[in-house]
Amino acid sequence: MTDKNMNPDNKSRRKFLGATAAVAGAATIAPGVTLLSVAQAKPADQEVSSKNRWGLLIDTSKCATGCKDCVDACFKENSITRTNHPRSEKTDAQWIRKVDLRNKATGHVVSLPMMCQHCEHPPCADVCPTGASFKRADGIVLVDKHICIGCRYCMMACPYKARSFVHEETLTQNENAPRGKGTVESCTLCVHRVDKGGMNPACVDACNANGHKAMVFGDLKDPDSEISKQLKQYSSVAIRADLDLNPGVRYRGI
Amino acid sequence: MKYFKNMIAVSLALLVLSSASFAGDRVPSPVIPKATSKAKNGGPEGCVEPVSDMRRNHMKYILHQRDETMHKGIRTSRHSFKRCINCHVVKDKKTGKPVNHKDKRHFCNSCHNYAAVKIDCFDCHASTPKPGPAATSSKLNSSNKLVKKVEDQ
Amino acid sequence: MKKIHYQTLEGQSKGFYGLIFLLGAIILVSLGAAYYMEHNGHWVTGMDNQIVWGLPHVFAIFLIVAASGALNVASIGTVFNKAIYKPLGRLSGLLAICLLVGGLIVLVLDLGRPDRLIVAMTKYNFKSIFAWNIILYNGFIALTAVYLWFMMERKMNKYYKPAGIAAFVWRLILTTGTGSIFGFLVARNGYDAAIMAPMFIAMSFSFGLAIFLLLILYGYKWADREVGDALLNRLKNLLGVFIAGVLYFVIVYHLTNLYEAEHHGFEKFILAGNSIHTPLFWIGQILLGSLVPLAILYSKLGRKRGMIALASALVILGGFAQIYVIVIGGQAYPLQIFPGYEVINSSFSDGVAYHKYTPTIWEFLLGLGGVAIALIAYVIGNRVLPFMPTSLADEVVDPHATAK
Repeated sequence: MTDKNMNPDNKSRRKFLGATAAVAGAATIAPGVTLLSVAQAKPADQEVSSKNRWGLLIDTSKCATGCKDCVDACFKENSITRTNHPRSEKTDAQWIRKVDLRNKATGHVVSLPMMCQHCEHPPCADVCPTGASFKRADGIVLVDKHICIGCRYCMMACPYKARSFVHEETLTQNENAPRGKGTVESCTLCVHRVDKGGMNPACVDACNANGHKAMVFGDLKDPDSEISKQLKQYSSVAIRADLDLNPGVRYRGI
Repeated sequence: MKYFKNMIAVSLALLVLSSASFAGDRVPSPVIPKATSKAKNGGPEGCVEPVSDMRRNHMKYILHQRDETMHKGIRTSRHSFKRCINCHVVKDKKTGKPVNHKDKRHFCNSCHNYAAVKIDCFDCHASTPKPGPAATSSKLNSSNKLVKKVEDQ
Repeated sequence: MKKIHYQTLEGQSKGFYGLIFLLGAIILVSLGAAYYMEHNGHWVTGMDNQIVWGLPHVFAIFLIVAASGALNVASIGTVFNKAIYKPLGRLSGLLAICLLVGGLIVLVLDLGRPDRLIVAMTKYNFKSIFAWNIILYNGFIALTAVYLWFMMERKMNKYYKPAGIAAFVWRLILTTGTGSIFGFLVARNGYDAAIMAPMFIAMSFSFGLAIFLLLILYGYKWADREVGDALLNRLKNLLGVFIAGVLYFVIVYHLTNLYEAEHHGFEKFILAGNSIHTPLFWIGQILLGSLVPLAILYSKLGRKRGMIALASALVILGGFAQIYVIVIGGQAYPLQIFPGYEVINSSFSDGVAYHKYTPTIWEFLLGLGGVAIALIAYVIGNRVLPFMPTSLADEVVDPHATAK
């Protein structure tokens, strides 16, 4: 992996691992015993806090070419429907997509899901004129559709093409995933499930259910979470690491 | 500002309503469908706040909850929009299916059409309960017990 | 230099009413198109999740850029004290406001939720250059209106110079903001360049003056008022300088990109690709929009009024081509999400050579409506208030004119 954009982003990783050292102490009751559930479940009346940072680790070596269970699960969970418009492949919403890649130099082929990378420094939130694009304290990047005016500047700014504009009226929304014509949307990391505590985003559950187990969801600031352990143990990369956005979604095997 | 306007409009509607009761049937009044169950807390009339308060201030509660949930992840169910939709569902008598916001019988429409106050909640939000068992009951649709505890306080 | 008299347009002729009717009809059709787009959602347009900004933005940005440039004529008179430009100050200010309003209406009507304009006016994210632009655009209209008022109201005349300086500084900041909409986008190959800001300022000088020249030439002809060669000569030579200025920035921009391997793909796409953007760049922007007008303006041809008009029209066309290549071309070249990899399969057009964009009639009509709104506002403005000098003949405006 010689390309500068694909290098493991050691600097940022050290940064967020270091910042969580203090939290680690607080969460550990006795050696070996940790209050994992405390970090997971949050009372409904409690604000989300920057003590957590939700992220995903995707192991591309386990992700199967042709499998799109994560995509289907996401669309079902968030009621993202397909239209029969003439250019529907370009106007229909895509919160998550499967991409197959071939390394130009080596010919190595990988398959991976792409979605909002939930950056620490999200360009979409920077450019949004009304503040509708924003990052929650726990690192989840969202669109507040109540104040989104549909200018699409965030879509111009996103390096991952993670955002979609709703091009038509919607009538079949899921009660947990409001979405409507004229506003921009993207992966919410299934925030309604995350807030309930102890739940994975729908894509992760789907990937586990079919036995691929290519996606790990968890708290990047909790050193004892599965995701933090794996990140510490294995090499991983941030896509477009050169932009220094420190995304919450990391990949293994590319 | 919009909400202030809404408030005036609703107050006016209520004014018309109260005078209508004196004027007999000469002034048409909105037929507001009954909620499907009574909430535990709130006024004697049963909603999450006293009905008179809800009629005047429901938009304030919804707006407040909207920003709390969206930006802070606070998901208490007392003033949650989902809960309004679940409890105030209106079903078609023939099919038994909930009517959506395009139907004039929809709970919100019953008064908003009357008061001529346009709302855009349902441009994005589901206007009917989630199909399945949750739709028929107004029970808290979160399984999290903490939610219930907080609410009952 | 004689005293300048200003007079409203008579506005009784068939031609005047015909023009108002024509522009009004275009505006109505355009509003209908905007309603159609908003009612159905954007799938009825040529825009999609790959090309998120389309033709309406080309029109809107052109008009907004030209608006700040249109004020230049007034600024040269007020700020730089060039007497020959002073009689044109009022027209220049009026045109600037009209073009900006036309452009903003297009921009707003293309929003996903134009009904939430009030949100855009009340909620600001001050890290967003777009939010700053909303303030800059509104401020520009207000400041230019005050500047016009001070120019036109004798009692306030003594204050018009500071107002003019403020408007001039404001417009430079405004165009910096417009250019930075693209300059501040980190992810895309064609943008993310600080040179966007000064390039847009140069573009504004050129496009704004070209529109102004055309309106002087035809406005005075139709109103049966006189324009002298001295003034036209000044203006057309100035236009030549501005065209060369834009060309300079365009060359530096592309040379920089050509030097950096990271941008080679993008440069190849624009300069030597097989999409519409390559002919639009070379034939539209460079040949017809820059080189031909330069040749006309600096040769004998430039002495003929028809040729000055032709050169101005070409600058406007070339300007459209340039903004099209910047706005659409910049998006058409795919995001390089996975450097070092080729995309062999994606449900979201990640692996295409470039994203195609075919504008529909709706977005074209919306854009055209913005031009019509700017023009009708200019014409009606001249009908109701005295913006137009009764004569711009040499002996009236030129301090060095020899008696005829």
